[in-house]
Amino acid sequence: MAFLEIDGLRKRFGQIEILKGINLELEKGGFLVLVGPSGCGKSTLLNTIAGLETITSGEIRVDGRAINDLHPSKRDIAMVFQSYALYPNMTVAGNISFGMEMRGVPADERQKAIDKVAKVLQIGHLLKRKPSQLSGGQRQRVAMGRALVRDPKLFLFDEPLSNLDAKLRVDMRIEIKRLHATTGTTIVYVTHDQIEAMTLATKIAVMRDGEVQQFGTPAEIYNNPANVFVADFMGSPAMNLIPATIGDNGSGLAVMLDREARQPITLPMTNAPVGLAAFKGKPVIFGVRPEALTDPEGAERNASQIATADCHIEVVEPAGSDTFAVTNLGGKGVVARLRADANIQPGTSTPLAFNLTKAVFFDPATENRIR
Amino acid sequence: MSTVATPARLPSSGVNVKTVNRVVIYGLLALFALFYLMPLFVMLVTSFKTMDEIQNGNMLSLPKAPTFDPWLKAWGETCVGLTCAGIKGYFWNSIKMVVPAVIISTLLGALNGYVLTKWRFRGHTLVFGLMLFACFIPFQSVLLPMATILGSVGRFGASLRNSVGTSFGLGNSTVNLVFVHVVYGIGFTTLFFRNYYEAFPTELVRAAQVDGASFFQIFRRIMLPNSMPIFVVTVIYQFTNIWNDFLFASAYAGTGDSMPMTVALNNVVNTSTGVVEYNVNMAAAMIAALPTLLVYVLAGRYFVRGLMAGAVKG
Repeated sequence: MAFLEIDGLRKRFGQIEILKGINLELEKGGFLVLVGPSGCGKSTLLNTIAGLETITSGEIRVDGRAINDLHPSKRDIAMVFQSYALYPNMTVAGNISFGMEMRGVPADERQKAIDKVAKVLQIGHLLKRKPSQLSGGQRQRVAMGRALVRDPKLFLFDEPLSNLDAKLRVDMRIEIKRLHATTGTTIVYVTHDQIEAMTLATKIAVMRDGEVQQFGTPAEIYNNPANVFVADFMGSPAMNLIPATIGDNGSGLAVMLDREARQPITLPMTNAPVGLAAFKGKPVIFGVRPEALTDPEGAERNASQIATADCHIEVVEPAGSDTFAVTNLGGKGVVARLRADANIQPGTSTPLAFNLTKAVFFDPATENRIR
Repeated sequence: MSTVATPARLPSSGVNVKTVNRVVIYGLLALFALFYLMPLFVMLVTSFKTMDEIQNGNMLSLPKAPTFDPWLKAWGETCVGLTCAGIKGYFWNSIKMVVPAVIISTLLGALNGYVLTKWRFRGHTLVFGLMLFACFIPFQSVLLPMATILGSVGRFGASLRNSVGTSFGLGNSTVNLVFVHVVYGIGFTTLFFRNYYEAFPTELVRAAQVDGASFFQIFRRIMLPNSMPIFVVTVIYQFTNIWNDFLFASAYAGTGDSMPMTVALNNVVNTSTGVVEYNVNMAAAMIAALPTLLVYVLAGRYFVRGLMAGAVKG
């Protein structure tokens, strides 16, 4: 039995259904990231776990106990808010101990708990300050301290890094990951940033329009997206989704990619997914991540299926660690990720290696994966 | 053509026009300020003059031999109606009425604002609309209904005194005035606090909920300590209005010992025995105006700041 279980959760505001039957579970000590574009219901889902929003139907269980009818303070949860929500009239120490004070913890125990948390988060020197005298990163730490001090069963984070600048965000991301590793707490984390989701999570739930599109480990989500939405949302730069046709080259199936004013590219498939046979002669969406579309020298050595084709390079973007090249296939700009020192010029034709082991196919009508 | 003949002189004539404009603008402003401050000036100088000087001298001249006697007389000896014990008793009457009325109406307004923004319920906009409507009720139209209500409350108080031994203040005219001012102040105080709390981050309330704070704990520990600016605005507004109120005061406490300052001042001026003591009247009026003045001086800085914070954002 999982530690956190969400069962058929529905939430309705009037006639509008915000959450349309969510089923999720998370093991003890896991890190669940709810990710999706704004308005997908991820924050609402987190608020229902916290008890700040009521649910229409379904059940939320923590450690085997149904909590969906309990008051937020009775759920044994702690929450870090997007705006940090530090009480402006109290000192840092007052902020951290407010919850304990409300629960009637004696003063000396409160002090001990504050000291312990201050040590973990290195905010000992800030305890006497007011929130207005802290920097963004310090406020973030205090907000986490307020959650940590309660030692709850479940931590909830609502886009905690979205108010920080880019560099600090990376630092705090590592900090949160370290905190999770050392304390072994169970965390539910909401973000719209797919990099945060990939780096932090043990489980990711990709959401859209109040539905979970895919639920799995970061590797599953990244390598085996269930549909076009997940494939497009996760990964940066995004996966290339190229309109293609499935053909037959005599020995097996092949992917045909149209090109402007040139011969179509034909990529033979030796190990195609079973479902692909039904699409022979029909259009599909051919998905290939930029790192699976490289210069032949940079291609993965042990990939079983690599097909090389000459492509016309339109734009070259050197990014330092890599060089990105844009070509046009099937009427769309397609990004290839090459080695930093790849010798490539815009406006010329160059052979690109398609790593077909990593390629995925989607049905253009349903946008679902062809397996 | 001759008007633009000498470009060399143009800058200097431009400066002249500018100076003239300045003089006209500041001159007019000074004139208006003078006009506005004249009554206050006359009141102040008159209150420090002797009656002889008032009768024989110029109204605008400074007192030749400044005396504090009119102030002392106004405070302790002057006649209000038939009793001649000064206005000090009535001054305290007003304080006794204003302080509870201001505190109660402000706290109720804060509580209403808190509920209307952070504990939204079905029909909260309607409730707020009705409260807003209370701000536009002309007080004259409620004089008679309120008198009827206060009358029956008074009768209930009397029967309580007969049966239990105490009326719990029901029927007491100071209590009546406090009640009336609280009822008619709630509309405004709610408006102020609702607009302020509308911009107050809801996440703070949610964080406190998760921390286990109750409805009133959140109000007392989170909302109130962070409402200083709007608190000051509301207190100044309510204090000034209630202290200066004459209509309700004269209607519900116009006679007897619990008469507030405004009514007493009117009676001082209207008492017609012998010579009209202008200096005493002026001193009494100044004393009546002092508390509101004091409140402005002490909290005025917050007033402007608070009006911005509450009104503009909301």
